[in-house]
Amino acid sequence: MQSINNDNASPIIEVVNVQKSFKMSERQDLLVLEDVNFRMNEGEIVAILGKSGSGKSTLLRIMAGLVQPTTGTVFYRGQPVYGPVRGISMVFQNFALLPWLTVLQNVELGLEALGMDRDERRERALKAIDTIGLDGFETAFPKELSGGMRQRVGFARALVVNPDILLMDEPFSALDVLTADNLKSDLLDLWETKKTGIHGILFVTHNIEEAALLADRIIIFNSNPGSIRGELKVTLPHPRSDLDPRFRNQVDRVYTLMTTQTQAEQIEGHTPLDIGYRLPDASVAEITGLLETLNAPENNGKMDLPDVADTLMLDIDELFPLTELLEILHFAKVSKGDITITEAGKAFVEADILERKKIFLHHIKLYVPLARYIYEQLTRHPRHRALEENFLSLLEDYLTEKEAARVLRTVIEWGRYAELFAYDYNAGVLSLENPTA
Amino acid sequence: MSFLRNTFMNAYKGRVYPNYWDIIALLFALGAIALLAWQAKQMMVPYYLGQVIPISLDPHNLPGYALRTVSRMLIALIFSLLFTFTFGNWAAKSRRAERLIIPMIDILQSIPILGFLSITVVGFIRLFPGSLLGPECAAIFAVFASQAWNMALGFYQTVRSVPAELREAANMFHLSAWQRFWRIDVPFSMPGLLWNTMMSMSAGWFMVVASEAFSVANQQILLPGIGSYIWLAIKTANMHAILYAILTMLIVILLYDQLLFRPLVAWADKFKSEQVGEEREVRSWLMNLLHRTRLLRYIGMKFTDLYDAFVNIAIFRSRLKPNKKPLALAHYEPLFEWLWNGLVMVMVIGVIGFAAYYILENIPFADVSQVFFLGLATTLRVFILIILCSLIWVPVGVWVGLRPNVAEVIQPIAQFLAAFPANLLYPLVVILIVKFHLSVNIWVTPLMILGAQWYVLFNVIAGASVIPKDLLQVADNLGLGLWLRWRRLILPGIFPYYMTGAITAVGGAWNASLVAEVVQWGDTRLIATGLGAYITEHQAAGDFTHIALGIGMMCILVLFFNRLVWRPLYVLAETRYQLD
Repeated sequence: MQSINNDNASPIIEVVNVQKSFKMSERQDLLVLEDVNFRMNEGEIVAILGKSGSGKSTLLRIMAGLVQPTTGTVFYRGQPVYGPVRGISMVFQNFALLPWLTVLQNVELGLEALGMDRDERRERALKAIDTIGLDGFETAFPKELSGGMRQRVGFARALVVNPDILLMDEPFSALDVLTADNLKSDLLDLWETKKTGIHGILFVTHNIEEAALLADRIIIFNSNPGSIRGELKVTLPHPRSDLDPRFRNQVDRVYTLMTTQTQAEQIEGHTPLDIGYRLPDASVAEITGLLETLNAPENNGKMDLPDVADTLMLDIDELFPLTELLEILHFAKVSKGDITITEAGKAFVEADILERKKIFLHHIKLYVPLARYIYEQLTRHPRHRALEENFLSLLEDYLTEKEAARVLRTVIEWGRYAELFAYDYNAGVLSLENPTA
Repeated sequence: MSFLRNTFMNAYKGRVYPNYWDIIALLFALGAIALLAWQAKQMMVPYYLGQVIPISLDPHNLPGYALRTVSRMLIALIFSLLFTFTFGNWAAKSRRAERLIIPMIDILQSIPILGFLSITVVGFIRLFPGSLLGPECAAIFAVFASQAWNMALGFYQTVRSVPAELREAANMFHLSAWQRFWRIDVPFSMPGLLWNTMMSMSAGWFMVVASEAFSVANQQILLPGIGSYIWLAIKTANMHAILYAILTMLIVILLYDQLLFRPLVAWADKFKSEQVGEEREVRSWLMNLLHRTRLLRYIGMKFTDLYDAFVNIAIFRSRLKPNKKPLALAHYEPLFEWLWNGLVMVMVIGVIGFAAYYILENIPFADVSQVFFLGLATTLRVFILIILCSLIWVPVGVWVGLRPNVAEVIQPIAQFLAAFPANLLYPLVVILIVKFHLSVNIWVTPLMILGAQWYVLFNVIAGASVIPKDLLQVADNLGLGLWLRWRRLILPGIFPYYMTGAITAVGGAWNASLVAEVVQWGDTRLIATGLGAYITEHQAAGDFTHIALGIGMMCILVLFFNRLVWRPLYVLAETRYQLD
């Protein structure tokens, strides 16, 4: 279907200057969304694409009225949104079904809340169940159903209230590939035959192909803080095939857009990281594996990112942390959708186990300020020991509690691999010497 | 609509006339209603303090007494549920309430409930002068206090762990607070709540037996029930009557288990979102009966409809308010916070000040130090008991737990024994002490843990039975010797379970010390040296100052050891020794 993108038409949803920050401590706020502006038009499927933790789910929840923005406003058909509104319905990543209610009762839930009487409720719920292809499962409990069927219940529940707009929070990410494909094509069918009264679909995803397969428009999100990096119109007619060269071309464009440095970044790019940098969630074994693939004779040190994702079967949530760490360590360079191994990276991957540790040690001391800081603190301490809480509270000035713990765990793993420092889990103590247990 | 009719008719497909299960079930339901109605009438009898209600040792009266005891339990249970739903929920929803309620419950949990009884009895008699309702309420309150804290705390924890997505879905679909509570919070916490209630039952039986025959301020209060029956049997040294009472109690607990809890637990299975591991499903013949009976299934469906109507009561429906900007209260938040904290501080300082003033004014220091040493004596007993009990039951529990066939038989028995009120068995031990002239200070000690030891046993069984098979095979494969195998695999493996059991057992032992350190058989009264005996003696004399001192000391000791010994061990068990 060709999208009816007419920028002059009045938008269904308009997001104006939305910012969101969470209070970290008395003096520190964590900015998760910065200056987000966009409009969603009648008859559009829009995908918001971004890495995990980029704030895209927060944006979806702000549009749903579940979360209040710190500043800025969301307008739904011209009216500001201050809480969940009728007309906007939502499908959740992990389905959010009530396990103690049957399929029918789950679908009825939204109608029940509207105070509709029993018979009407039942009639409409049965119709929605029909539409979504759940006939025969009315009396089943969610735990009897497979993941795909559960998400169908999620869809039926969202559709039964006759929404104007459907919001979806990574609706297919908890499903296996085949089930997800099946559900996607059914959803597109519903959309194109206009069996429902929906005037727009907006979904959040970290899967590039999924975005390119479904959406008329892809909005690409930046992390730290979340903001719109760019947007891309997809004009291919439905049904799209992932083998179609034009489709591959679109996917390529998304990768390029995601990895090309903007001007601001080019200026910023030369400043080194600081201690509170949100280090990517990547392990040494994973980056070694990726470097080995890059360094394989058939690739000759350079690969197209979509190919890397395909070969190693990684989605962007898994791939980008790896490429980010490789860049931080100067083991590879990523640009315009391509990744290229550096000399250092080549040396690292061709070395033996002990030599690798030495190279890695050298690089994290040089390029990871947090690792260097921990090492310096330990050297300075008379007994070369320090509590992990000290570093944790330092990180919590920059990151959420959960992320701070994650980053510290990650850097400890790297440090242990490089034998930069040792760590005692039970005592929560970092030290320079190896444990004598 | 056609669908509706279908499910409705399915229950009736085939024969229209009731099957024989229907008749059994109907008789059962009618019987239960009639018995409860009779009980309600008995409670409203006039009563004056000092009046002695005649209790007869004729075993024919026992079913009647048992019924009175059981209904006290049921009433207390209903109040515990009400408390749980209000305060547990409130603490889970409001951060401010949480900061007040949770520490309160924590402290209330460590108060010896029996020690409180003398104060509550007087209070309730004043509240309902001239009616038996006063002492009845005091007994019910004792049972309530033994269950409610535990249940509320468990409910608070589960409500807080409701997945964020479920909450968001509820918001998204405009459920009102009332609908959210009954559609999400209550069902979500149902399995945990039931399990908690079942576990609290044992303390409840103990309390109800102890509080039915109670002496306060030189007055003996007797409430018709198994507790006073056994009190009279002890007083008149009637061995036969004691055995009758024990038998009755066994039957009562068996029925409670079979008719109430097993069906409920089997039913609550539907509230679990996923079947966890290989957990064995709880089966209940009564639940099967309910499922298979046409009439009862019909009634069950009516209940569902009723619940639906209850959840959707019009006054609690969400008003679809026009999309309005929320009031800018956030601005005043720090002020509210400050006021609230100030209020709490003033209250706490006030209470502490009053207590300190009261104690300093009325009690010489010598008394305080004496009470402290009595407390240490009881503490020593508790510690020795838990060590002895572990030495015996850990090996037994592991042996049983590693053999699934044996565990299947033993586990329900251990749980059943844990529910049995051990104070019914005290006379049997006392007879032995009197007969063989044993040292009172040493030999009343085991009484304290008579009931609580089973917690250690069944938790260890549970722990041993979930040690992964492959780890045991690795141990065999590496040829680990007996000691090494225990040290490296079995003890760490059961540690979290053992800690749960041991902490429960210790709590039980403290509570039991009030009745275990003073025991009686006929005219012989055995009094051990300890804090429990101290409190009980002063209760009989109605000396409230010294009661308060004793209870306060016990509270402090219990809290002190909880914080210093048990909590750190528990945290260690949870973090380091969790198998998963």
